[in-house]
Formats: sequence, C-alpha cells, structure tokens
Amino acid sequence: MNRLGWLSEWMEGLGQLTLLAREIVFSLFTKRLSWRQVLYQIYFIGIKSQSVVLITGAFTGMVMAAQTYFQFHKVRMDTATMAVVSVSMCSELGPVLTGLMVAGRVGAALAAELGTMRVTEQIDALRTLATHPVDYLVVPRMLATLLSMPVLTAASISIGIAAGYVIGTTYLDIEPAYLWHNMVKYTLPEHVAEGLIKSFIYGGIIALISCYKGLTCREGAEGVGRATTEAVVFSAITILISNFFLTLTLNRVLGT
Amino acid sequence: MIEVRDLHKSFGRQRVLNGVNLQIQTGERVVIIGRSGGGKSVLLKHFIGLLPPDSGQVLIDGQDIVPMTERQLLQVRLMFGMLFQSAALFDSMSVAENVGFALRRQRTVPAEEIRAKVAEALGMVGLEGTEEKKPAELSGGMRKRVGLARAIVYRPRILLYDEPTTGLDPIAADSIDQLIVRISEKLNTTSVAVTHDMRSAGRIGKRIFMLHEGRIHTVGTPEEIFSSSDPIVSRFVNGVADPKEHVF
Repeated sequence: MNRLGWLSEWMEGLGQLTLLAREIVFSLFTKRLSWRQVLYQIYFIGIKSQSVVLITGAFTGMVMAAQTYFQFHKVRMDTATMAVVSVSMCSELGPVLTGLMVAGRVGAALAAELGTMRVTEQIDALRTLATHPVDYLVVPRMLATLLSMPVLTAASISIGIAAGYVIGTTYLDIEPAYLWHNMVKYTLPEHVAEGLIKSFIYGGIIALISCYKGLTCREGAEGVGRATTEAVVFSAITILISNFFLTLTLNRVLGT
Repeated sequence: MIEVRDLHKSFGRQRVLNGVNLQIQTGERVVIIGRSGGGKSVLLKHFIGLLPPDSGQVLIDGQDIVPMTERQLLQVRLMFGMLFQSAALFDSMSVAENVGFALRRQRTVPAEEIRAKVAEALGMVGLEGTEEKKPAELSGGMRKRVGLARAIVYRPRILLYDEPTTGLDPIAADSIDQLIVRISEKLNTTSVAVTHDMRSAGRIGKRIFMLHEGRIHTVGTPEEIFSSSDPIVSRFVNGVADPKEHVF
C-alpha cells in the first residue's frame, strides 16, 4: 500500500489541479474582474521579467548563430545560418526559454506569495470576508501571465534574431543580403504563430501550477520553501514535456 | 443560533474532533476552552466552513452548511466576522484598506461611505488615525484591534475569536477582552471565543464549553467552571499537569 502511496498522492494532486483550472475558468467568465489587480500583476509578471527574458533571448540568438555557422560553413551554406536561427527562435527556443525563465522568476514568486498568505491565515481571512481566493488572487495572476507570456516571447524572439544577425554579419562576416534573404524566405508566419501559441499555453501552465502549489502549501517556512521549489520544477518539466507534444500537434495543424 | 451535531474531524491518523455536540443561542457570548492542540480552533473554523468535517452537521440558523460548496458558503460567511490568532492582516495593504476590504469587495458601497465606516470601526477599537499605517508598523495588540475592526466593519451577526489574547502582555490582553465584551454588547452580536487563557475566558464568557479529547466535556457559567470539582476541569482551570503525563 505504502509503495503506491506516491501514486495516489500524485493522482490526487492532478485531480485538485483540474478542479482549480475549472474554478478559474468559471470565475473568469462569471465573476467581475478587478482590472486594477490584473494591471498590477502584468507590471510584476510582464514588465519586471523583461530584462531577464531579453538577456536570455539575445545570448541564445548569438550562440545559435555562431554554432550554426560553424557547422554550415563546412558545407558552404553560410548564408542559411539565420534561416535556422530564426525558425528555431520562433518555434522552439523563444517560447521554451522564455517559459523556463518566467517559471523561475514568476512561478517562484507566485508560489511563495500565496504560500506565505496561506500559512499566515491570510487566505482563510479572505474567505471569511466572503471573497473566493480564486477570484481575488488566482484569476488576476493567471490572466496577467497569459497576456504577458506572448509579448515576452515576441520580445525574446525579436532580440534573439537581431543579435544573431548582428553576430552573423559582423563577427562571422556572412554576406548580409543573402543572409537576410534566406532568413525571410524560410521563416513563415506559421513559425511565429507556433511560438506565440506555445507561449500562451506555457503562461497557463506556469500560473496554474504555481498558484496551486501556493494555495496548497504546507505549514511553516519549510512548507513555503518546498512549494516554491516544486512550483518551479514542475512548471519547467511540464513546459519541456508539453513542448514535444505541442511541436508535433502544431506542426500538423499549422503545416510548419 | 449555531448548532453542532456529532462533528468528527481527523487529520491523517490524528483524531481531533470526536463527536462534538453543542448549541450557542443567538446573542450569547460563549468561550470554548481546552488544551493547546486540542481542536478548539479547528472547531471554530467549522462554524464558518473554513474546514470541512469528516462527518456531522453544523447548523447556522437551522441551515446545515456542511454540504455547501465554497461559493455557497461565501454568502453564509457574510453573517460572520472572524478575528484570527495572528490577526491575519493583509500585509500588502494599509490599515484602512484592510478594514474596508469587505465593503470594497461588495462594490455597492460608495468610497466616501467606506472611508466613514472604516474610521468608525477603527474608532470603536481605539485606533483612530492609523488608516495609512502598514500592518508591519503595528504592535501585536494593535494588529488584533485592526483585525477586530476588519471583522466588525460590515456589522456581522456572529463574531468568532480565535485565541484573541495569545501572544499579548496581560494589560493588552485585558484591553482586548474588554473590547470583545463592549463590541458584543454594542453591536448585539453572538460571540464565540476560543482560548486557553482562563483569565480571558472568565472575563469574556457568559457560558464556557470545555473541549477535552475531541468532545465537549463540560458546559457551565464561569463560576461553575472555576469552582468545578471535576478533576479534568479543575486541573485545567488551576493549571496543574496530570501526574501521569510525563513531559521528560
């Protein structure tokens, strides 16, 4: 029985996560939203995450350009370098790396904030004041993450491509006109759409898992620490696993 | 009226409530006493639906709240105000925002009226002019007072106090006790406090319930409880440990 304990605990967690998702959807469509709260969360989740996401995007674009060039140069395909960088940034690296960085920065903060509120009885206090924690705490955070992630991803993709292009045309000395031509030729709107759809879904994953971990946090400082760690780890793993299935599905749907 | 019928609650293998039965009449001021970790706060949280029982009924004015969903419970909770052990103030908000929270959430009360009601509630707990302070700037006693102002600002019919004097010095504890009595008389509310502080219990309660081993062991007036010859009650009132209970 004990050997299967972890399985039943895992299944119970999955069930509770589903119930939380249902409650969020219900609240989103039936309860009046506090836009002030949503805007504050957009500021914290979206605007405050910009620097970390832009640095990640820029250096990923540059290293991707350099590595692709080193390999392509051997077969004299130098001018295809940015086509590879661009498609990879749009459909995979942009959304996944933004998702991972936001999971680390925002996921941890959400779980720690809600977890602390839970252990200091502030969430119970909300409930006694006739306020559903999902309406007041979870929905604004979910909405802000959903809205911020595609914008952050678009910024990460743009700066990654721009940085890769600069490295390609300066340090690697590739012919700019052909580099640009091939990049534009092989990067389709579908690739951009794929990245933005993925980022929207990753936003939902991060907010759902992190809020769930915070709301179900165990007592004490150890409980908050554990909830925070689990929020980041589970969000990151879920993003990486779902990315594989999303790539296969979106490839079929969008024809990328 | 609050009525609890055969209430059971366990956390894992630990049985906390083991068939609690009690009735609290409208307008009554009662105290539930018992040892730390004995389930007093757990029982109090069942009155307002913050915890679901394993079995049993909790009737508020004859209506069983146990089968209700969280959203149905939100309506029932408008009848209640609760002061938490740690005061549970929202630390990101000012005192005024904390106290006016429930009124702001109703969205029907104009801002000017909210300001006036917040000032009135703060006046009732003796904290006039603290509206702009943050909870971190307040002492333990002041935090409890703000918690109480937040609980009474929307004029609930039932007030619940979870260990209202725990962690306070004797003078601050006495002033909180006096405040609880004064507010219950002024607002004509039903008041239920849980505590293990016998001085506080004697000052607040007109009737005292003693919770022991998950059940209501004794009910009586403060005089009856303080002069009880029951060994369990007497030991608790006088703070004498059971000789069989080995600490070390």
